[in-house]
Amino acid sequence: MSGNKKMRVDLALIAGMIAPKTRVLDIGCSDGALIEHLFRTKQCDARGLDLDMGAVTQAVTRGLPAMQGDADTDLTAYPDNAFDYVVLSRTLQAVEQPREVLRQMLRIGTHAIVSFPNFGHWTLRMQLLLTGRAPMTSTWNRPWYETPNIHPCSISDFFALCETDGYKVEEWLAVDEAGALTPWRRSQMLANLFGGQGLFLLRKA
Amino acid sequence: MDQSAAQTEPQHDSVTFPEGLTLDCGRQLQTLTVAYRCYGTLNATRRNAILICHALTGDQYVAERNPVTGKPGWWERVVGPGRPVDTDKFFVICANVLGGCMGSTGPSSPHDDNPAEPWGKDFPPVTIHDMVRAQKRLIDHLGIEKLFAVVGGSMGGMQALSWAAQYPDAVFAAVPVATAPYHSAQNIAFHEIGRQAIAGDPNFHAGRYWAHGVTPERGLAVARMTAHITYVSEAALTRKFGRKLQDAAELSSLGDRFEVESYLQYQGSSFVRRFDANSYLTITRAMDLFDLAADHGGVLANAFAGSKTRFLLVSFSSDWLFPTAQSRLMARALNHVAANVSFLEVISDKGHDAFLLDEPDFHRSLGGFLTGCAEHAGLK
Repeated sequence: MSGNKKMRVDLALIAGMIAPKTRVLDIGCSDGALIEHLFRTKQCDARGLDLDMGAVTQAVTRGLPAMQGDADTDLTAYPDNAFDYVVLSRTLQAVEQPREVLRQMLRIGTHAIVSFPNFGHWTLRMQLLLTGRAPMTSTWNRPWYETPNIHPCSISDFFALCETDGYKVEEWLAVDEAGALTPWRRSQMLANLFGGQGLFLLRKA
Repeated sequence: MDQSAAQTEPQHDSVTFPEGLTLDCGRQLQTLTVAYRCYGTLNATRRNAILICHALTGDQYVAERNPVTGKPGWWERVVGPGRPVDTDKFFVICANVLGGCMGSTGPSSPHDDNPAEPWGKDFPPVTIHDMVRAQKRLIDHLGIEKLFAVVGGSMGGMQALSWAAQYPDAVFAAVPVATAPYHSAQNIAFHEIGRQAIAGDPNFHAGRYWAHGVTPERGLAVARMTAHITYVSEAALTRKFGRKLQDAAELSSLGDRFEVESYLQYQGSSFVRRFDANSYLTITRAMDLFDLAADHGGVLANAFAGSKTRFLLVSFSSDWLFPTAQSRLMARALNHVAANVSFLEVISDKGHDAFLLDEPDFHRSLGGFLTGCAEHAGLK
């Protein structure tokens, strides 16, 4: 399928976690690549939400159900267990209240799938140690005073939050910058040092 | 009937239902006539029909020259061959609303108790839901069990919402554009100015102006002028007119007129030639009465509980008559019942009227939404 080739590797990994014919909400759906893929290849009832009106217009123009909305404020409108999966890719670090967003995701969905850039990566640690300045990498590429990533966290931080809030990690992966799988999945410590992104499948314990 | 009117009025295609219609107010219309136009071809399964609902002063001539005004159809940008509502693919129906003055039963139709005279001010109050029930009769008459889509802007959007709430199984997709789930106090207030202007016109004669061979032109024109201001944004008026003067380079005498004044007067005077004052009173009241939440125990979401209909809500950023907040309220209500809803705000400085104008983002997303829905509905 033509849509498949263009899809970001991390979206393909997310799609791999989703069972066919399920109900999915993709928060930060952008132009709808994931929801289109899920509808075409897995017959999912997939819908999108995005803060950016241009992205939503693009998704709707492609015939995909998407609406403009804010993860921080608009998830409260959905009923409990409205979805089988609620997806939040590369956005958790940019929301106002990540903990509350996660709580809402697991209220309106049975599963939450979350990906975020890993702030524990060795290059970031090195830069901070050696230069004493806020690190800048290809992922963390905006200076501290204008970055939208206001809540950076590491893979270990995220494990700790899941523990505190009682979420069961059903599956997790570390992915490098290009989105390819890295071999650290057995060791949380190594993943936290070498993984560019963390990808988690959660459910309420 | 008024003979001069009978001579100049074109014939409108219509169907009459001799069993009449029971209205929300409890009264019964003994007969019901619905005037309508169709475009495109109904397919073998009768599943490709789209109903277009018109706004307060619109009519059924959505995609063709209007026989009364001689102007192009009011939504030719949206409805037609190759347009977002593509008449090469879909069978498109548009009906004049109940209470209107373009052939459907309304205040200028023969009085049930005295057919020699029109209803005039005696015409019973109707609601948006009544208008939709009249349209449902037409759809049944055309042999259509389920509409593929109901699309409408402003008051047409209210009808689309009413369709989705009253007949959820008969609507595959609904597109309420630039509309609201209830008419706000501000909206009612503007309507009331218009109604007062009509009622205060000496030619109104307590609604029996037809008996005196006159029409309350002044009042109706002022009503239209007031309403027209609410349809445009301050930015659009500034862009179009600014403080430019009519026939003068600079303000030389206090008698000089601004361009915006003559524009508004033109809007008013062209309107009175095509619209009936009693219809204006009836339809503005129907809009004021609209409150979907109140009809469902005060909870808007209840209107759509269990709905399988796919929704597209569209608002326009500079629309202050039906602001984006109203569409967002509907989107949230639809989320509350986990309905399939798309929602977007089109950035435009053209105000409420934007839904009728050249807005490529709106047209593209409407076309894409309908194409996507057609795939889900199994339409080729």
